[in-house]
Parts: sequence; C-alpha cells; structure tokens
Amino acid sequence: MAAVRCIDICKTYLQGDQEIKALDHLSIEIEAGGFVCLSSPSGGGKTTLLNAIGGLDKPDSGEVWIEDQRIDTMSKGELADLRLRKIGFVFQAYNLIPVLTARENVEFVMQVQGLSPAMRRERSTELLNEVGLAGLENRRPAQMSGGQQQRVAVARAIASRPTLVLADEPTANLDSKTSDGLMDLFEELNTHHKTTFVIATHDQRVMAHVPRLVRMLDGRIVDDIEQNAA
Amino acid sequence: MNIILRLAWRNIWRQPRRTWLTAGAMVFSNVLLVFMMSFQFGMYSLMIDNSLQALTGHMQVQAPGYVDDQRMRQTVADVGDLSRSLREQLASDTIAARAQAFVLASSDERSYGIAIIGVEPHFEQKVSNISGLVSKGRFLSENDAAEIVVGAVLARNLRVNIGDELTILGSGVDGSFAAAVVTVIGIFDSGVPDLDRTLAEIPLGLFNDVFYMEGAGHHVVVNAPTVDFAPALQAELEALLPEDADLVVHDWDRLLPGLKQAIQADLSSSFFMYGVLAILVAFSVLNTQLMSVLERTHEFGIVMALGLKPGRLGRLVMLETVMIGLLGAVIGALLGSILTWYFSFSGFQIPGMEEMAIQFNLPARLYPQVTALSLLLGPGIVFVFSLLAAVYPALRLRWLQPVDAMRAA
Repeated sequence: MAAVRCIDICKTYLQGDQEIKALDHLSIEIEAGGFVCLSSPSGGGKTTLLNAIGGLDKPDSGEVWIEDQRIDTMSKGELADLRLRKIGFVFQAYNLIPVLTARENVEFVMQVQGLSPAMRRERSTELLNEVGLAGLENRRPAQMSGGQQQRVAVARAIASRPTLVLADEPTANLDSKTSDGLMDLFEELNTHHKTTFVIATHDQRVMAHVPRLVRMLDGRIVDDIEQNAA
Repeated sequence: MNIILRLAWRNIWRQPRRTWLTAGAMVFSNVLLVFMMSFQFGMYSLMIDNSLQALTGHMQVQAPGYVDDQRMRQTVADVGDLSRSLREQLASDTIAARAQAFVLASSDERSYGIAIIGVEPHFEQKVSNISGLVSKGRFLSENDAAEIVVGAVLARNLRVNIGDELTILGSGVDGSFAAAVVTVIGIFDSGVPDLDRTLAEIPLGLFNDVFYMEGAGHHVVVNAPTVDFAPALQAELEALLPEDADLVVHDWDRLLPGLKQAIQADLSSSFFMYGVLAILVAFSVLNTQLMSVLERTHEFGIVMALGLKPGRLGRLVMLETVMIGLLGAVIGALLGSILTWYFSFSGFQIPGMEEMAIQFNLPARLYPQVTALSLLLGPGIVFVFSLLAAVYPALRLRWLQPVDAMRAA
C-alpha cells in the first residue's frame, strides 16, 4: 500500500488580484518506507504539496490519501488525530516550544497521545540518544545550537512513531556539516524504522542524498527521478 | 508534573511583567473585596445584633395581627405564665413577657406622648440591653414597684431626674381611664434618638394593674444564642405553643422589616460596585490573554501541526488563566485577610457613616471580621469573571487553521 497518494490535486491562492496556481492537477504516489525529495524553485508548490499531504491545508480539488485514509474530506479534529498518530513534521525554523526543555519537547507529543510518564521518559531518552543529544535533555531551545535544535525537532517528529515524516526545508538554517549529519540521521531512521520521509528542499546536497527526486515547477511535477543515493 | 501544566505555568512567565500586572490587578481587587466584605458582613451582624438587642429580640410570640396593628386589645392571655412555661420547656432564660401602651407622660413642667413598656425586670435584662445602658440610677428590680426607667432625651425633655415623679395617663385594655404616678429610678442612654426620646419601661406587674390587663400582655420576646440559631428556635417555639392559644411567632425580619431592607439595599449597591471592579479585572485578563494568544499564533500553528486539537489549545489558555487567577486569588485573599485582621483589632471608622451608625445603634468604630464567606466570595467572583474573560481568546483558537497560524510572524 502506498504511504501517500495524491490524485489530480489543485490549489489556487489569490495574491492581490492575481490567481496563483500552487498545485496544478498534480498526482503523485509515494511508497511506504520511501525517501523522497520534493524540489522546486521558490513558489514552485513543494510546501503547498507538503501541507496538503500533512492535512494542514486542503486542496481545492482532487484527492489526498494517507495509506488507506482519504484525508482531504476529513474534519479538523480527524486531521489532528491523523497527524498525532501517523505524521511527524520537521520545519525549517525548528519550531520547538521555547519554554520546554529538549526532553519535554520530545515528550509533549507523547503526552498528547496519552502515553504514561514512564513510557514517555524511556522513549524520549532513547530518541535523544539516537539523534546524538544525550546529556542535553534538560536544555531549552535557546541554550542549543541550530543543529541541536533541529535534532530535537527530528526526535519530536518521530516520538509518536509516525509512519510518515514531512520535512520542509530542514537544512535551510544549518551549515553544510550539520546538514549532512541531519540527512544521515534521516536515512538511518528511514532504514531502521521504515519511516517514509518526504523532504521539501532546494538544497542540492539534500537532493543528492535521496533515492527519489521529484522536481516541481509552477505546481506541476516536471521530473520524477529514481537515483542512487550518495 | 504533567507537561501541559508545566507548559501553562512557563507560558504565563514568558512575559512576567504582563502577568504580574494582571495578577496585581486581581490582588488589588481581592484585597479590597476581602476587606470590604469582612467589614460589611461584620457591620451587618452588629447592626442586627444591636438593633435586636435593644428591644425587638430575635422573635416574639404575639396575637395574630398585632405586628401590623398594635392595639391594646390584641393581647396574649396570661403572658407571664406563657413566658415562664416557655423558659422551662426550652430550658432558656432569654425569654421575657412584655406589655405595651401609648401614654401621656407628665412631669411637673411638661408632658410628652411616649410608648411605655411593661417588663419582667429580671428576665428583661436577659433579652434587652437597655438595662445595661442605664447611665443614671438603676434598672427596674421589683415586679410591682411604682418605678419607671426613661430614655435620656425624654428625661431631658420632661426635665426630670432620678427620684422625680411622673404621671402617666392612658387607656386600659378595656378602654377605661388608666393613670399612675411613678418614680424615675433610672435613665438610659442607648444612643438611638428614637428610643431615648419616646420610650420608658415599668415593671409588668405595675403595668398589669394600671392598664387592667388581668394577666395579659402583648408579646413574649425570645432570644436565640445568636441570630443564626433563630430559625431553628422559631420552629421549636411554634411547636411548643398551645394549639388553642391563637398565637403567632414572628422573627426579627418580620418585626423589623426596615433593618433587612437597609442591609439588602446596602448589599445591592455594594455588589454593583464589586461587579464593576470584577469587570475591570476581567478586561485586564481579556487583554493579557488575547495578547498572549495573538503573539503565540505561530506556535499554536506548530502544535496543531503536531496533532493538538484546537479544543485542547483552548483548554491550555484557560489553564493559564486559572493559574493567574489562583495567583491573584491566593495572594489577594492572604493580604486581604492580613489587612482585615489588623483592622479587626484597631477598628475602622468610615467618614459620613455617623448617621447610619446612630440609626442602627452601631459604635463609631467598626471592627471587620474575616469569615470563610468574606474571604472566599470576593476572590471567587474575580476568579470566575477572569475565567469568563478568557473564554473569547480560547474560543478564537477554534477557528485557527494550522497553515494560516504557521504563516503568522
């Protein structure tokens, strides 16, 4: 079963008087356990597509499926539940909750899921170790570097054991060394946890890293390449 | 601690100055409310006690209709026996019989129309504080002696002093002419102008003889240990009255309707003021929480993307308000009770209240008293208003779209 299926989706925005087609009859299928990079110039539609897949925004037409669930017709509450159980997000600006420590940021989603304190602690320790942040559990975001914050964000994204992780420009604020480290981490998680990764980026190094590269332009897919990852 | 609780607690300290300003408004209001309510409730209690202690008592056994039309003929038969019987059955000595008439009191020089009350000297001292207010001479002691105790203003008006004689002229219960010559043995000064000007007391035995009462009287005054016990005692008393006696028991509220009305009027105007205060605090909370929600819109978008439902976000905002509210309530109630405790010893005088104080036989200095009600009611009202004010910012989150929220700066 495909992890993600978008069928003929369209999304139009109004910018002043001008109509912008962010997604233009776009269809894509991403297999479970896939590692896909969406690439486009700015305004090419990759973030809009990511938002549609994550249930953060609804397309004007077409269908979006996550596994066997059609999500473009779901209510706000159903979408929130779906995101909580199946989807993890990694954002360009990390977007950690500033008043919570690294551990609490990771545990936050698990608490919302209703996991017990012992389970949360065990899993957060394990995840922070996995992303290389052992010993930094009690630091708040402001006390960590950009790379460390992004690692916390990754740990948070996978804390709920999602089947799909959506990452929007995850390396945009990171130096090259940290970016490479993050991509290695994504790959490792993809390999070990069989988590599907969909990454929107225009970072060439990230594009070179992934086995499948989808190029977009003006809301359409112009290229869909299977490649040997670096 | 639960992460959501920790998050709420830390969120309110993101802008400590704003939080303290909001909590400070609550603290100020709560201190004021605790003090004012303690002061008011203490004053009401004093007003009731002092007004009732002077004459009315907590309740009275009367003939039906006497309360509205105080005619001589509306009597309670064998009032002394009834009073004695009730004292025995209730095992209480705060029960006394009385009779009352309106007479012309004349000294050598002047005459005035006054109310004269026949009292059981020994038991009257247990139900009324007039005996304790005798500033010259002494109170009545014998049940048949031709003696009278008069108010200070009346004594001044009649130009009589201790040992002088007064002639009282009136109508007996049968409509016949009633007259007696009595010696002034005491002058009381209650501080209530109406009482001091128009009231005199004579022994019930003498009253019985002068007004041809044949053992009847007009009411039996019954006091409970405190006014709070009055309703229970009234029920007990009603059950004890002989079925064929055709008597009624009226509580102080029925006997002195003006007192309760005055308290209610004062309460209404005070609570209007308190309501305005609570609304002002509520607006402060509304401002704080609305600002807090608006500046965290992006963050709310993120947590919604992580799977938090808008309703849960709303509950987070409410939880933050509960925390600020509790902070204001606890500190306010604490400071308010300390302030009230201080004034409960040193007393407090409100300028311009002298007239009301005289009317209700209140002392010039009032002493507020902290009770559970005065401690909790004001902070409780402010707390509820604060929660209501936070409903709008919390509800706004329901309409928030994650993708729009995340675009916010």
